[in-house]
Amino acid sequence: MTLHDLEKIFQAKIDQEIKIEPKDWMPEAYRKTNIRQISQHAHSEIVGMLPEGNWISRAPSLKRKAILVAKVQDEAGHGLYLYAAAETLGISRDQMIDDLHSGKAKYSSIFNYPTLSWADMGAIGWLVDGAAIMNQVMLCRTSYGPYARAMVRICKEESFHQRQGFDALLVLSKGSEAQRAMCQDAINRWWWPSLMMFGPKDSESTNSDQSMKWKIKRKTNDELRQNFVDMIAEQIKLLGMTLPDPDLKWNEERKHYDFGEIDWTEFWNVVKGNGPCNKQRLDARRKAHTEGQWVREAAIAYANKKKEKSAAA
Amino acid sequence: MHINITKYYYGDIPDAGNNNTHESTGHSTTSSWPLWEVFIRSKQGLDHKHAGSLHAADAAMAIENARDVYTRRQEGISIWVVESQYIHASNPDDAEMFYEPASDKVYRHPTFYDLPDEVKHM
Amino acid sequence: MNLKNLYHSFLLHLADSSLIIAQRNGECCAHGPILEQDIAITNITLDLLGQSRNFYQYAAQRLNEANGSSETEDTLAYHRGERDFKNFLLCELPNGDWAQTITRQFLFSCFQQLLFEKLSKSNDEHLAAIANKSLKEIQYHVKWSSEWVIRLGDGTEESHERMKKAIDYLWPYTGEMFMPATYDIINLEDLKSIWLNKVEAVLQEATLSVPANTFMHSGGKSGVHTEHLGFLLAEMQYLQRTYPGAEW
Repeated sequence: MTLHDLEKIFQAKIDQEIKIEPKDWMPEAYRKTNIRQISQHAHSEIVGMLPEGNWISRAPSLKRKAILVAKVQDEAGHGLYLYAAAETLGISRDQMIDDLHSGKAKYSSIFNYPTLSWADMGAIGWLVDGAAIMNQVMLCRTSYGPYARAMVRICKEESFHQRQGFDALLVLSKGSEAQRAMCQDAINRWWWPSLMMFGPKDSESTNSDQSMKWKIKRKTNDELRQNFVDMIAEQIKLLGMTLPDPDLKWNEERKHYDFGEIDWTEFWNVVKGNGPCNKQRLDARRKAHTEGQWVREAAIAYANKKKEKSAAA
Repeated sequence: MHINITKYYYGDIPDAGNNNTHESTGHSTTSSWPLWEVFIRSKQGLDHKHAGSLHAADAAMAIENARDVYTRRQEGISIWVVESQYIHASNPDDAEMFYEPASDKVYRHPTFYDLPDEVKHM
Repeated sequence: MNLKNLYHSFLLHLADSSLIIAQRNGECCAHGPILEQDIAITNITLDLLGQSRNFYQYAAQRLNEANGSSETEDTLAYHRGERDFKNFLLCELPNGDWAQTITRQFLFSCFQQLLFEKLSKSNDEHLAAIANKSLKEIQYHVKWSSEWVIRLGDGTEESHERMKKAIDYLWPYTGEMFMPATYDIINLEDLKSIWLNKVEAVLQEATLSVPANTFMHSGGKSGVHTEHLGFLLAEMQYLQRTYPGAEW
């Protein structure tokens, strides 16, 4: 069979919505794109633990502390599922972690923003997880089997994340003046970065797009972003708060909300490493990994000793 | 004029403008824990089903890690783990010769046999 | 707070120890040596946090019945000061490296297991129920932490050294668990030898041993703590202290 034939069979499977599994033939670029995307997604979960982990020690009630701990732990689990999905494509977790630590691999820029008040825990749950869920629900149908299955599990578990975020903000919105101010401030700071999570505009793109053709992706950035804005613009009414966008307005003709222009200079700056916390986040990940080195070595050394002993017995 | 335009998606984070040229450093394998596949019985009477994978230094740790990672929401009552390198899989290239010959053996299925209604308990 | 009733103090002592070590373990979340173990210790954190909430809720109920007060789990956890906390000193000690973190858990969980076995037979049905529920969790904590003690003790030269250091550091804080306070309801002396046997057996398998130094610190149970606790509480309680009366 020629390469061309294989590619044709592959694309036919994709077109018929047949999932691609690890041992199936796939174009090298498909493998690479998936490795890149799944590992970025995994890194985002892991780095994403940090801004929220920040507030575990300071959570204002025991109930909130337990919820936050469970949520950050879920993110570790999600990172783990995704690393495992990427590993089926022939890259090791160590390699991926090396790439993250060397700065070669990327993670979602949203986590390079600081969490400055308790209300940020609510805003992250509601806005950041809300934005992530739009993407994740779509990814449950992605063409690569292990990625799709990981996403199904993740989506099931994520459903409490956004709800607890909104719930935390709802309590603040009904609280004291200081709490309401804290709530509004968090929404103001997280709104635009959440919109940036969907990535650059569609107009900056070519028409033929491999990711869409391969059904790794199924909706464009702008479609997802619009869905998100429509959802949040309604939900915020229940909080009695406002979104920091004077151009936000329902468009009866489009049946969608119009919204203002994103500050793309800021977006690219954070991507380039100049966000408020880029260095801090990576340093924290490197530190945990470096300080864990002797632990991982010891566990392997012990496992080997035990194997030898049982072999000798 | 050549314009290079790339399309980006959330989850596909661009590295434009990042002049980071680091290549991955080779890592030492002395600290790498092997990969394990995890199978979970969700309730008594059901088969163990593949749940996912994880890393662990040995089998005992793999079972505990599986408990912590894959049964946080009461998803299981029994766990199997096997080191991934010991899983042998059929080759997708053999799919046709492996699975298609079964497609014309309809007589293996009970519905193939059209019996008179009078025959009970069969 | 009226703590003339010693039983209330005992309940708070149980709650405080679980909460403070949970608070410490919580610091590991997102900073563990490997993802799988980050998740494992976070599960333990959640168990301990759950225990403390059960004890605080029960203590609040008993206190309110006795004093007509309106305590809640949160007033008890967030509005009491350093001198009011009755947790073991062991629980408030810093995480240090992974050896110290898991050894602290091991020494504490082994004790908790013995204590809670007793409490699960208490005439106070509510207390017995909490102890029973917790016991299942604690059995796992003992298993998990024992295995880590053995793995690191008998792992590499470096891990062995680190374990020795951790035990030397933590050991003088273990005696307090068996020193009776006025409010204790269990004969702790009975537990001591069982605890020591269990710990020694694990240490032996880990090629480690009990330190020669037998001096023991005390004070936590009566509210005289290390300097560490003040900072821990300042961080933990800051929102409740800054915005008195707010709902979260």
